[in-house]
Amino acid sequence: MTAFEGESIAAALHANEVKVLSHSLRYDRPRGFFCGIGKCSSCFMTVNHIPNIRTCIVPVQQQMTVTEQQKLGKLLPTPFTPKKKENITREIVVVGAGPAGMYAALAAAEQGASVLLIDENNEPGGQLVKQTHKFFGSTEEKAGTRGIDIAKELLNTIKNKKTIELLTSTTVVGYYENEHMHRVIAVKRLINGDQLLEISCKKMIVACGAMENMLAFPGNDLPGVYGAGGVQTLMNVYGVKPGDRALMIGAGNVGLIVSYQLLQAGVTVDRVVEAMPRIGGYHVHAAKLRRCGVPIVTSSTIKETFGKNHVEGAVVTKVDECFQPIPGTEETIQCDTICLAVGLTPSIRILEQAKVRSEFIPEAGGMVALHTPLLETTKNGIYVAGDASGIEEASTAMIEGELAGVSAAMSLGHNKNASEVQQKCKNALHVFRSGPFGRIPKICKEKISSCLEYDEGGTHY
Amino acid sequence: MMKEGLTINNYEKTGVLSVNDFKQPSEKQLKKGVVIVECVQMIPCNPCVAICPVHAISMNDINDTPKVDFEKCTGCTSCVGICPGLAIFVVKIKDEKALITLPYEFLPLPAVGSVVHALDREGKTRGPAKIVKVNTRGKTAVITIEVDKTLAMDVRMIKVMNYD
Repeated sequence: MTAFEGESIAAALHANEVKVLSHSLRYDRPRGFFCGIGKCSSCFMTVNHIPNIRTCIVPVQQQMTVTEQQKLGKLLPTPFTPKKKENITREIVVVGAGPAGMYAALAAAEQGASVLLIDENNEPGGQLVKQTHKFFGSTEEKAGTRGIDIAKELLNTIKNKKTIELLTSTTVVGYYENEHMHRVIAVKRLINGDQLLEISCKKMIVACGAMENMLAFPGNDLPGVYGAGGVQTLMNVYGVKPGDRALMIGAGNVGLIVSYQLLQAGVTVDRVVEAMPRIGGYHVHAAKLRRCGVPIVTSSTIKETFGKNHVEGAVVTKVDECFQPIPGTEETIQCDTICLAVGLTPSIRILEQAKVRSEFIPEAGGMVALHTPLLETTKNGIYVAGDASGIEEASTAMIEGELAGVSAAMSLGHNKNASEVQQKCKNALHVFRSGPFGRIPKICKEKISSCLEYDEGGTHY
Repeated sequence: MMKEGLTINNYEKTGVLSVNDFKQPSEKQLKKGVVIVECVQMIPCNPCVAICPVHAISMNDINDTPKVDFEKCTGCTSCVGICPGLAIFVVKIKDEKALITLPYEFLPLPAVGSVVHALDREGKTRGPAKIVKVNTRGKTAVITIEVDKTLAMDVRMIKVMNYD
């Protein structure tokens, strides 16, 4: 099989029409590409005899053996790596090199701190690398610039900073407490065997983003049902078309933007269905789709999908005010691709290991680590920023990252113009959350503050 | 009685604006050629204000909707390619024709002189559109088309396919 250099295994397989990557453990149902960013596990395969490799984030190599694994897969009796654990010490470790993490690393380094920036993907940039559309926001916050160009610009600046070390293809797998330091264990994936890293730091900034939500309907695990972000990764990062005819579930900004990008890639979008009675995303994104002839149907959702080994079509239905399907309104449509754009859940697993206090906050998108306005969690020296601190969007993730970075550096005594930067970030966040589209993140942050105050025995509800 | 905020504007259901949803220029202003900003929601965004060379677009704060001063606007089209929402168009009436400048992000780009389909806000073909100018300075191409005068406020997109 042929592939391009730098392509992920899963994307290369997709381009070669291999769309079934694994089978479910109990019922042996086919599973395919879903999230594309190493979060969902449906792309687990055996690579060079090592089972459970997330093929969506591991790049292809010459002569690589990739096989579908039998159930859980078998470990080789020999150790994976004969190498010794490597120790690294840095003042600040940033987990996740997306918009929030990159800004956090830069802001901390600007103040004079030494920073280690870690990302589990082969390429840093997080979700910016697939945002081919221009960003909204103020001209100072890079509005009018495409996400993909912002990522390139940030990466260049980071590479020119001697005080930032960037580790890609490295997954943080564990957190251990130490008396004066935070200790994290990470694995760096290398061609000639993985390297175990033990990293000690004084401050840790967790900016590991979010994962896409699943929606419950019969057939939702069939290959051909993708997260909308997963489809974006396939098309915009690897240039692989997911299919020929798509159905989009969800008319928030992600659903609208990805539908438009599907059109740009030459995929027909049958329609966008949205269970709410109104389009949730920006009108301007909806207008772009409508004038290309794509219908957006509100108060409507997917009932089921069908197909043998792959999506062949779907049934959509109107829903009432209580989101219950209205009998008799079902419609069968032909499509080979279903994209789910039904929200995101913050990734907080590493924070849970560190036992920071978290709460379920619906406006945040799920469980979220409580944090101060300067983004510090309930554990001294651990910060959170970006979608991991509550689902919002890239512009505010960048500002939050900068605020967390500068605050962490300042607490270590690095201070060039830290208070000034903090104030600038706080003002910018306030402005972004003042409009009607900032209402939900604003409520989210207010609830987080209330929970913290309650903890401290301050103001009660 | 419905509480404010619970009422849903028609465009929030359909994704399609009606001409009453945004400010209309006068006939005289249309002859000069002016910008039509189809941005009706309070989105934190302001590149159009920053790029306008004559300060014809203004906002009270970044969450405000852009307000156009049709008298100041020269119809220069520099805001068309910068708008992240692709919501800005320039319309100029010339005799029995309307020149519409719109953002276009698909490939292949149409050739100057070719006649393609003119689409309205719902993607329906409304007649022929002659390609007058294709500006590819930015990654968003800015294309000027010529359509029948009566379609000036309806056509907002093209389909690059020969119109017979």
